[in-house]
Amino acid sequence: MDKEAVKKPAKAPLLVVSKRDALPLGKRILIRAAALVSAIIICALMILIVGKANPFLVFAAMFRGFFINILPSIYSVAILLGISLAVTPAFKMKFWNIGAEGQALVGALVTAVIMIVLGGKLPDPVVTVIMLLGAVIAGMLWGIIPAFFKAYWKTNETLFTLMMNYIAIEGVNLLLEVCGGPSHVVGRSLLEHGRMALFNEPYIIPIAVAAILAVVMFFYLKQSKQGYEISVVGESENTAKYIGINVKKVVIRTMAISGAICGLIGFMIVGGVDYGITTTTIGGRGFTAIMVSWLSKFNPFIMILTSFMIVFLEKGANSAASKFSLIDTNFSNVLIGIILFFLIGCEFFLEYKIHFGRSSKEVQK
Amino acid sequence: MFKKTLAVLLVIAMAVGTLFAFTSCTTQDKFKIGVICLHDRQSTYDNNFITAVENVKKALNLEDDQVIVKTGIPESNECAVAAEELIKEGCDIIFADSFGHEEFLIDVAKKYPDVDFCHATGTHAHTEGLANFHNAFAAIYEGRYLAGIAAGLKLNEMIDAGTITADQALIGYIGAFTYAEVISGYTSFYLGARSVCPTATMKVQFTGSWYDEIAEKNAANALMDLGCVLISQHADSMGAPTACESRGVPNVSYNGSTVDSCPNTFIVASRINWEPYFKYIIEQKQAGKKIDTDWTGTIATGSVVLTDINNKAAAAGTKEAIDNATAELKAGTLHVYDISKFTVEGKALDETHKPSEGTDNVFAEGTVIVKDGYFHESEYRSAPYFDVTIDGIELLNVKY
Repeated sequence: MDKEAVKKPAKAPLLVVSKRDALPLGKRILIRAAALVSAIIICALMILIVGKANPFLVFAAMFRGFFINILPSIYSVAILLGISLAVTPAFKMKFWNIGAEGQALVGALVTAVIMIVLGGKLPDPVVTVIMLLGAVIAGMLWGIIPAFFKAYWKTNETLFTLMMNYIAIEGVNLLLEVCGGPSHVVGRSLLEHGRMALFNEPYIIPIAVAAILAVVMFFYLKQSKQGYEISVVGESENTAKYIGINVKKVVIRTMAISGAICGLIGFMIVGGVDYGITTTTIGGRGFTAIMVSWLSKFNPFIMILTSFMIVFLEKGANSAASKFSLIDTNFSNVLIGIILFFLIGCEFFLEYKIHFGRSSKEVQK
Repeated sequence: MFKKTLAVLLVIAMAVGTLFAFTSCTTQDKFKIGVICLHDRQSTYDNNFITAVENVKKALNLEDDQVIVKTGIPESNECAVAAEELIKEGCDIIFADSFGHEEFLIDVAKKYPDVDFCHATGTHAHTEGLANFHNAFAAIYEGRYLAGIAAGLKLNEMIDAGTITADQALIGYIGAFTYAEVISGYTSFYLGARSVCPTATMKVQFTGSWYDEIAEKNAANALMDLGCVLISQHADSMGAPTACESRGVPNVSYNGSTVDSCPNTFIVASRINWEPYFKYIIEQKQAGKKIDTDWTGTIATGSVVLTDINNKAAAAGTKEAIDNATAELKAGTLHVYDISKFTVEGKALDETHKPSEGTDNVFAEGTVIVKDGYFHESEYRSAPYFDVTIDGIELLNVKY
């Protein structure tokens, strides 16, 4: 027994995971490209074997699906990007805000309510401004409430922000119930006044707003004092306290910004493009945004690429699904899943390396 | 480095984009139809449309790229985006299957006068005044009436066998919402049952959703606990049929046969067959003819059909009784909402009755919907508008 016990430590575990030194940028890009190529090959095999279609035609259909109607596609990228930018300061602060869905939805809800209540009573541009303010304030409140409870009473922000989503959803249900008539629809016939549009083109403003937001957020996080405070609080609350940062204030202020941007996005969706609201107006993008933010390492410019990639995959795959009879929306979700699996998976290999037991012994020596 | 990569990626994206933009210009002038569905084949409702258009594609020898089906399109601006994408793909007809798609489709229809837009279950075409926007529905109340006859005969069989007394002939019905579509459906079902079993009464429970398996199962169980001896439903999940199967209570289904999951309790189901409509719009468009603004499919057009009767659960003579009633409906000698056959608060339905107010219930000035001794359902508009609660039916909840 004893002899064996002595022997065992010498027998290193089969696989050892250890943290890597930082890789040069060129190598990082190469690894990511390799992951993407492998993902595409697996997808092609899936299409060939399960979908019984020509993968090249399917990929061509994906490109065509995204580019054939280009403005709405870029608008979708802009909305996802906007919400991703909104959640970024909170996550950088390690505040687990999974309430972006609700913060954007409550902005959308307030926009719709103001359109119904004030529409036709005040000049349309005035209504639009009130909608904008109302939505931003509502989104901000939806962010501040959980932040306040977290800062003063240490409540769990994950659960709190999650539950705030449901309150927003039920708020929309209430609106549909009260104003939606027998068919529960709050749509274009009700939301006629205060619509925001530039040259009769609804998509331009949201796209421009998201682009400006990306630039502003980049400098806010990298260059401003507040951005610095956010990263210090995120790294260590004690350090932050030690160097005299008012943690409570930073938490509440950051969530106010997060919520306000979400509210702004909700306003642009309802007042700018949809002119209607349902409980699925945000459509889960409040959650997808969290992935975009993390995948991009909180860098707003990389978020542009990541949001583009995700919207491209969704739009393209759905469009391809409509042309190949064996491929349906579930199948296109599988393809999206494979690609994301590889891309997220390769992040692991960028940070860590895996080696067999023996070589780790050598490393220890 | 990062900027370089970004630049390269953008150049590639743009190059590919232009490439496809150019290829799209070469699209031939072939006839195409685009179909927009709320969900995919997992939903019995959307599956019914997709199957229909696929069958028509085969029947009319259309090629694969002439029929484009887009699934999972929500009732939002996404619907308008999908419609525009289909138009850019060269579609001549855009069809959408969900009630909430309508207003988005109307907006797109105004922009593209050469494309025809056909919307199932909608209510605005007959008042909108757009030459290229059309609604369609089927007189499904006829199908439900026939299914009701099967239910009534089953109740009679239970009475004759002594399992229940004549007074206990209580039907349970699960409805999605308190829309006219649902009210019209359960009322015709009840009238069909009562035409053969005069003592039948009915309780209705609403779920507030078109698809909520648990709510539908709970409603079915609650109705059975209240003494309902036969269940039918107007909602799209398997909740009610499977609840019936597990308690051995007979079930009349909707949208399609549930006999595979419920071999002992499934009697029959009514369903709308959309094939005649798809065939009609494609042929009209190809011939350069006008499509009806508001098209109502009936038993006579083959749009209202019943599934095979499950003889294991159905009472003897069901097929004969249904065949007789079908012939009478086709001949016009039988009217489902014959006002001598039902009462409202003890009185016959007033001939001046109008459907309840609402944006969806607009009719031309002076339209009389109750005349010649019956309520004229689906005649002045394809979407149902019968919304009266008649005696013998008890609504357990009306919050939806």
